[in-house]
Amino acid sequence: MKCADEFRSREITAPLVEEIANSLRRPVRIMEVCGTHTMSIFRHGIRSLLPEGITLLSGPGCPVCVTPASHIDAFLAAADLPQVTIATFGDLIRVPGAERSLAGARASGARVEIVYSPMDALTLAQLEPERTVLFPAIGFETTAPTIAATILAAERLGLTNFLIIAAGKTMPHALEALMADPELRVDGLLCPGHVSAIIGSEAYRPLADRHHLACAVAGFEPADILSGLLSLIRQINEGRPGVDNCYTRVVTAEGNSRAQHLISEVFAPADSEWRGLGTIPGSGLVLREQYRRFDGMEQLAIPVQPVRELKGCRCGEILKGRLLPPDCPLYGTACTPLQPIGPCMVSNEGTCAAYFRYSGRKTSTARQEPKPLSVS
Amino acid sequence: MKTDSIISLDHGSGGLASQNLISGLFLKYLTCPQLRDLEDCAMLGEYAGRIAFSTDSYVVDPLFFPGGDIGSLAVHGTINDLAMRGARPLALSLALIIEEGFSFASLERIIASVARASEAAGVAIVTGDTKVVPKGKADGLFVNTTGIGLASHRHDISVKKAQPGDAVIISGTLADHGITIMSCQAGIDLGGDIESDTQPLHRLVGALLEEDAGLVHVLRDPTRGGLATTLCEIAQSSGVDIVVEEDRLPIRPSVSTACEMIGLDPLYLANEGKCIIICDQDGAEDILQLVRRMPEGRDAALIGWVHEGQDGRVSLTTRIGGSRLLEPLTGQPLPRIC
Repeated sequence: MKCADEFRSREITAPLVEEIANSLRRPVRIMEVCGTHTMSIFRHGIRSLLPEGITLLSGPGCPVCVTPASHIDAFLAAADLPQVTIATFGDLIRVPGAERSLAGARASGARVEIVYSPMDALTLAQLEPERTVLFPAIGFETTAPTIAATILAAERLGLTNFLIIAAGKTMPHALEALMADPELRVDGLLCPGHVSAIIGSEAYRPLADRHHLACAVAGFEPADILSGLLSLIRQINEGRPGVDNCYTRVVTAEGNSRAQHLISEVFAPADSEWRGLGTIPGSGLVLREQYRRFDGMEQLAIPVQPVRELKGCRCGEILKGRLLPPDCPLYGTACTPLQPIGPCMVSNEGTCAAYFRYSGRKTSTARQEPKPLSVS
Repeated sequence: MKTDSIISLDHGSGGLASQNLISGLFLKYLTCPQLRDLEDCAMLGEYAGRIAFSTDSYVVDPLFFPGGDIGSLAVHGTINDLAMRGARPLALSLALIIEEGFSFASLERIIASVARASEAAGVAIVTGDTKVVPKGKADGLFVNTTGIGLASHRHDISVKKAQPGDAVIISGTLADHGITIMSCQAGIDLGGDIESDTQPLHRLVGALLEEDAGLVHVLRDPTRGGLATTLCEIAQSSGVDIVVEEDRLPIRPSVSTACEMIGLDPLYLANEGKCIIICDQDGAEDILQLVRRMPEGRDAALIGWVHEGQDGRVSLTTRIGGSRLLEPLTGQPLPRIC
């Protein structure tokens, strides 16, 4: 992490902070799209260094947060089948569906394993041929290529006990839908570094042109984020919004064509339900016809779950940047990281969880998770 | 007894198989006379001072990990709990709950490890118990150790004693145990020098208190929940605020890299051989040097200060000069998706 250290040193960041303060001419509202940006901003205390005129809004870029309860309920329906093992990314297991989470299902006897990549889920399927391993395939363009590669590997291996529930989403359509909302007043977008590595910085050009929106692609270290913010403020000042790639060590204009090809080989675009944002046309990824035998919904005959929003939860408006977490009546009282109601509270990357964790809302440590990791 | 055999329910029955297990395995490694007597309890003798008493159960998964195993961890953990109140550990108990079918060879490895750890620490296992539960009713092996120690009247070390102006010292690098276990559980081989820091701290604490004239106010080992959660407990119990500085925190580069990779915050990962020392600022430099002279504390660092405050807030001054609050850990640390 030596290279990351350079982007975290005060020698590099202090001049950027100063330049931002000197450049700001009017109050601006900037949305950081990616959950990892939200995390990093909190983790490094970046808000505390910025002038008051900059309002940072957290966008819909946490894949766990935007996964609707109906998808979680589908994962739970699969988990309840005796022959099924759910192999999932860790931060999905506490996300509440209509009534339960995968953690709750595990406590009641379902087999739920945490994996670090979809390939691990595939390995599990090979090790346990008598069981069906289902991978809840959530995520954006960042995770989609590895999931696609896993499907192709399963195809090559002729595995019949590996399934996914395709719940992936793509970013540009969602941003387009978001920016079309007249109530959303955003001057600039801090565009997601990871997603951009796949789709390329030029993917935001139509958005910038159509909505007269400043866009800056940024990495996740403090110097990256500060450079992105400075670029946005300069674009706003000059009245010439465009797309500035501030993450050239990772992101190119066209993106990663091999990864893009993998995604389009396995997945086709489809309308998709986003938690809090509703259905966005063309923003989801479903398995193409020739890979439908890996479709868990179809193979396990899981009925499509009804779309239900959580009572009192304002995650939708928080994801749109209309409200801040403390504006939600459930925040910090009924909804805490220990007992999350809304998706924004569940993942570390969720706006509410990040607010709660880093901005001083007190919590009780009395209640424990059903099965804490055994480290001692 | 054959080493390729497995533990059966008979081994916990109290009958002949139990006796064979005790004499053929436990007493082969654990040689304290009080234990060998096989009485219902051990008699410890007479001591002047305040008796410290602590218990802890160990359910670590996996049972064997780089740097240690459940046996050494169970010895060190309870010794450290006693040491954190300034007590000198006198004796330990060892209770095992074994799942039917558990490998005899693994059990032997673990008991040998308990024996080595207890001998190296100079704290004997003086009494014990073994139960075997049917297959599926436990996860291989659970261990409990209970410890008795002796604290002098000279010291009153407590989580409630942090005072404004005090210095915060950590006795070594952070997150080594937590990242080791989590990478084992994830099946990721991180390589490098990543291993658990499990070690006893009673000698370090003994040296600290021998020299001490009431300068040490709080000792606490940041186990589950890590440094952040433990500092929150201290701040809340003492009714003070604590500010730590990110660039003073000792974290091995390999651990830091692994945490970045898996998406975990090292401030929330467990340590099993480190202690937080909160002491009077006047003695802080001397105490730091003393700790650094001990093998257990060679990477010790002064990481922050105690401030006046009512809410028990702990904050971190980040490397870039920002400030963020450290909250207690909620739930379990989960790796992130991207």
